[in-house]
Amino acid sequence: MSKILEGLYYAESHEFVKIEGEYGYVGITDYAQEQLGNVVYVDMPEVDDEVTAGEEFGAVESVKAASDLYSPVSGVVVEINEDLDGDPGAINKDAYANWIIKVKLSDPSEVENLMDAAAYAKSIEH
Amino acid sequence: MNYKYFPHTESELAEMLKVCGKRSLDELFDEIPEEIQFKRDYDLPSEKSEVELRRFFSELGQKNKPLTCFAGAGCYDHYSPAVISHILNRSEFLTSYTPYQAEISQGTLQYIFEFQSMMTELTGMEVGNASMYDGATATAEAMMMAISAAKKKNKILISSTLNPNVKAVVETYAKYQGVSLEYIAENGGMTDKSDFELKVKSGDVAGVIVASPNYYGILEDYTGWADLCHEQKALLVMNCQASALGAIKSPGEWGADIAAGDGQSLGIPMSFGGPYVGFLCTKKALIRKMPGRVVGATKDVNGKRSFVLTLQAREQHIRREKATSNICSNQSLMALYVTVYLALMGAKGLKEVNELGYSGAHYLAEQLCSTGKFEMAYPGTTFLNEFAVNTTLNIDEFQAECVKQGILAGVKIADDKMLLCVTEMRSKAEIDKLVGIVKQFNA
Amino acid sequence: MNRTFYGNLIFELGKEGRVGYSLPKNEFAGYDINGIPEGLKRGNDMMLPEVDELSVVRHYTNMSNNNFGVDTGFYPLGSCTMKYNPKIDEEISSLTSFTSLHPLQSADTVQGALEVYYNLQKSLSEIAGLSEFTLNPFAGAHGELTGLMVIRAYHNSRGDYKRVNVIVPDSAHGTNPASAAVCGLKVVQVKSLADGTIDVEDLKAHLDDTVAAIMMTNPNTLGIFERNIPEIARLVHDCGGLLYYDGANLNALLGKCRPGDMGFDVMHINLHKTFSTPHGGGGPGSGPVGVREGLEQFLPNPHIKKDSAGKFYIDSDESALGAVSAFMGNFSVMMKAYSYILTLGKENLKYVGPFATLNANYIKDSLKDVYELPIDVVCKHEFVFDGLKDKSKGVTTMNVAKRLLDYGFHAPTIYFPLLFHESLMIEPCENESKSTLDGFISVMKKIAQEAAEDPEMVKAAPHNTPVCRPDDTLAATHPIVTYREMLNDNDA
Repeated sequence: MSKILEGLYYAESHEFVKIEGEYGYVGITDYAQEQLGNVVYVDMPEVDDEVTAGEEFGAVESVKAASDLYSPVSGVVVEINEDLDGDPGAINKDAYANWIIKVKLSDPSEVENLMDAAAYAKSIEH
Repeated sequence: MNYKYFPHTESELAEMLKVCGKRSLDELFDEIPEEIQFKRDYDLPSEKSEVELRRFFSELGQKNKPLTCFAGAGCYDHYSPAVISHILNRSEFLTSYTPYQAEISQGTLQYIFEFQSMMTELTGMEVGNASMYDGATATAEAMMMAISAAKKKNKILISSTLNPNVKAVVETYAKYQGVSLEYIAENGGMTDKSDFELKVKSGDVAGVIVASPNYYGILEDYTGWADLCHEQKALLVMNCQASALGAIKSPGEWGADIAAGDGQSLGIPMSFGGPYVGFLCTKKALIRKMPGRVVGATKDVNGKRSFVLTLQAREQHIRREKATSNICSNQSLMALYVTVYLALMGAKGLKEVNELGYSGAHYLAEQLCSTGKFEMAYPGTTFLNEFAVNTTLNIDEFQAECVKQGILAGVKIADDKMLLCVTEMRSKAEIDKLVGIVKQFNA
Repeated sequence: MNRTFYGNLIFELGKEGRVGYSLPKNEFAGYDINGIPEGLKRGNDMMLPEVDELSVVRHYTNMSNNNFGVDTGFYPLGSCTMKYNPKIDEEISSLTSFTSLHPLQSADTVQGALEVYYNLQKSLSEIAGLSEFTLNPFAGAHGELTGLMVIRAYHNSRGDYKRVNVIVPDSAHGTNPASAAVCGLKVVQVKSLADGTIDVEDLKAHLDDTVAAIMMTNPNTLGIFERNIPEIARLVHDCGGLLYYDGANLNALLGKCRPGDMGFDVMHINLHKTFSTPHGGGGPGSGPVGVREGLEQFLPNPHIKKDSAGKFYIDSDESALGAVSAFMGNFSVMMKAYSYILTLGKENLKYVGPFATLNANYIKDSLKDVYELPIDVVCKHEFVFDGLKDKSKGVTTMNVAKRLLDYGFHAPTIYFPLLFHESLMIEPCENESKSTLDGFISVMKKIAQEAAEDPEMVKAAPHNTPVCRPDDTLAATHPIVTYREMLNDNDA
């Protein structure tokens, strides 16, 4: 059973965003990392790049799969998680602690279009 | 139905059909709609025995005229040590496929790792792929890689001094990919530096493609070019002729980001245009943007050093329409060719090959010019083993005369201009024979 | 194949001062390479091995013993058509009267080579039921790209610029969408029905004036013949699109059905599959592209033509899509394919499809009690199992594949197509005897039995190979792709 944290917002494409003030930490969900298997590489944008809700900003690769990353929120990338360069497998250990990008939100109300923990839990039940 | 490539006996055929619940071979194709079934024999010749086949091809071969080769222009007549074809004919190499099952493909995986290692050494780069189709498509792939690495920029500058056959392929890829390809002017046989400086500063350039040696055999001076490209966040792509890199400044030393070219000059037979082998090497930071297959070192469950196909998540079978390239194979056996060649030659042998080519080419150039019928097309430039000359002769008639005497006298590149090449294969006697024809030829 | 692993790298065998070559003496005194100015000369050293000739020969011979080829044993790798590569074709292709030709020699000095090109092109046209072929593309994927360029050039020539979509079945090989993207086209997926064939109703929903082409294989990736192909061809043509045939599975139809007759307009053939040229560990291949009448002028330059006097010449065409190769493709590979076609002749080529199909059905029907057959119909040259029938012990397709290696067989294609979770795709070519197939069938049954009785042993396979399950994750997280990197890594 995949871990789902309360208080985060979730996208259908299996990214989460954790809101702290005017910033959002974006990563992939525990469910997504399980589906991918061992993550071997995270293709991240650069600091100062703009991201748009629903649009691609990078990709995560495992040995035999790759998955594009879609940003759940819009804004400007203020930080990338450089630890993932050396240890991409950290995402498999704790997907929520190992966020991928930190975004300065341009429209905080966008999170209302995302799912809460309960709704996400329901969406991944098959 | 007994034939050497079909082992089924009549009774086996009957047994097998029974297992499949069919009465005849034809019944296995019943679902094909009647109107599209093919019901006649192919309009092709009748089967040939080996005796007939050998005779047929031997007669066909006599319609060709092998010539003493003074032509280059992207294909070079270098010596191929006898060892290589024997290794290539090891059927464990020849008749295997892509090394998907690493446990029983270590032979292939290991030589590809050696190939990658050798090509990065030769180009002075940090990483390389398992090979590409040829030098022209490798250069086109390098262009697409530069576009992909630049993310939002869509313009590529390409020097006019590249081989026209390479330019034609790059143009085709650019046209269909929607890449905006702009030429940097030529000046005296070399890339016009001021035109480059002007164009690279336009701000939307993703990559710049130059050649070393260039089409005319000239070694251009690219001092400062990489810096200028990098200031503009553009990648410098260098198209090179592999053998020459044993003696001339390497793409790595010029600060290039991608080295791409053809490995044919490393002893691969000319074979009327193929198969050859393309190479693409780059910096480590760009490894995940690099197209094509890659082999990496790892350990097996018992801790034994072993090799696998790696970084496959970049490739078409996983990324589908999002892959930066559609290539899904490499020119593996030809990569083995180059690997065995470089193993035999080593850095020292490669240097000697270049010394012989340099000496012979400079001797030929001087001899031709001394006849008064030729002059160097780009005096003052530096060349290795290939050079362009202007001539007052009617080139077509002159070349036809040489063919009669068994010589391929270079490549005509303009009405009054030829490109000639000398490798270690050419003896002084052969060169003197060519010069002798020039002296006697009047047209 | 050796069971003991030969793992040295050539770099590790060298000793300073050893040489493996001999070159002629320099006859040109006074022309010294040091005439090249310092700034243009190579400065840094190359780390290439220094080895003698015998060491080189033994090194690569030992390495070849770590490998498995068609000549080693049965190689039922689905969708790859690993058929026997006749030895005579190798000899023919190495005739020096062909291998010594420079590609820019004048046409009158290469008439024999041009005749091979021209006649092979004509033979392929007859076999495909199309009008003309180019042999310039280097491989299947390169052929696909070239074929799609032909299609775009055709639409553009009519000023029809809005056709940017290529319809691709969801079962298609990843190369199809990748080629479309490289060609600047967009991919639209069409669904498959439960029987594995294209859902014609879903297709209809995608057909409009934005469709450039549909790309199909037939038989499809599951080895099933698309019976509705006449209707599909009609529908696509009615909306102004073209049909592209991916020749990956052509072997099944030799003698029985031609792509041109099915309604396809453009196709590529893999000479290294259907026409028996060796795969060479991944290449060189050759991917000729054929077109129906009316599209010839878009084929890439250069073209080989024949004049009224029977002389061959090299031509370029303004309306062509451009060039896709520096010269005229992998010529030596063409020699092998032409030799193969002439060897079999019209008497035998027509049996290739039927025997390949019989062999596939025989394996399928002999094993479907123990392996899951999701679509139980007559297949063509290949078919797909969805893993073991009994999955209760957790033995996967990967485990079955690795266990096959222990028994001296190459594994089938695994985890492709993506339609099933445990795909195991088997393609036995026409050259394989009933004895070989029976040996494979009994081993497959034995593995199924082992999976039930001793699943942990099967999961730990292979047990008898030179190396065992190399770590893919380590290789991809921490890529080491050159010997220099390996040395630096050991130092670190």
